[in-house]
Amino acid sequence: MMEWIDFALWFMIALAALCLVRVVLGPSVADRVVAIDILGIIVVGICVILSISTQKSFLIDIGIAWIILSFIGTLTMAKYLERRKLNE
Amino acid sequence: MNELISNILIGTGLLFSLFGCLGLIRLPDVYNRLQSATKCVTLGTCCIMLSLVIRYGFTDIGIKGLIAIPVLFFTSTAGAHALLKGSHISGIGMWEKSVADHYRDDTTGVADEEEETDNPE
Repeated sequence: MMEWIDFALWFMIALAALCLVRVVLGPSVADRVVAIDILGIIVVGICVILSISTQKSFLIDIGIAWIILSFIGTLTMAKYLERRKLNE
Repeated sequence: MNELISNILIGTGLLFSLFGCLGLIRLPDVYNRLQSATKCVTLGTCCIMLSLVIRYGFTDIGIKGLIAIPVLFFTSTAGAHALLKGSHISGIGMWEKSVADHYRDDTTGVADEEEETDNPE
């Protein structure tokens, strides 16, 4: 059944490339921030599938750290978007 | 048997992630994109983590996958909500065929219903 895991890995990589299309095309700042947030979640999925494939458990630790860093980045960008309008 | 259920869960997760990314590409507005992509991709990645738990049981990999599920669930939704509020306050316009903006009505205190969308970009 390792062919199915390999197919899942390449499928998730293709989805990450699909998110990067929105990063390039996005007309406003919020579109790009949304796309980067979704890209972070998909990278966590890639880490989980890699941990199935290689049976190493430290890859899930990388995933949890990536979730928390992506959360902090999203909150920072949301704060920036709110504060910019209030200062003008 | 566990491996079969795990593979089916991985397939479900891939399908939900595909729908979320298609919504991210295809929908016309930042708010529509945000709700589509966040819900679908979060559920898909949680399905993949649950397949990890079912495949390996309560070993170290399974326990770490079980811990990662609520962390992903709460942080993703809270971040999406904060980003939505920030982009609305920042003045990013809605789609021109949108019919309701209840958040603006709640914050400004006016409840006029006939008013069309009047914030282009």
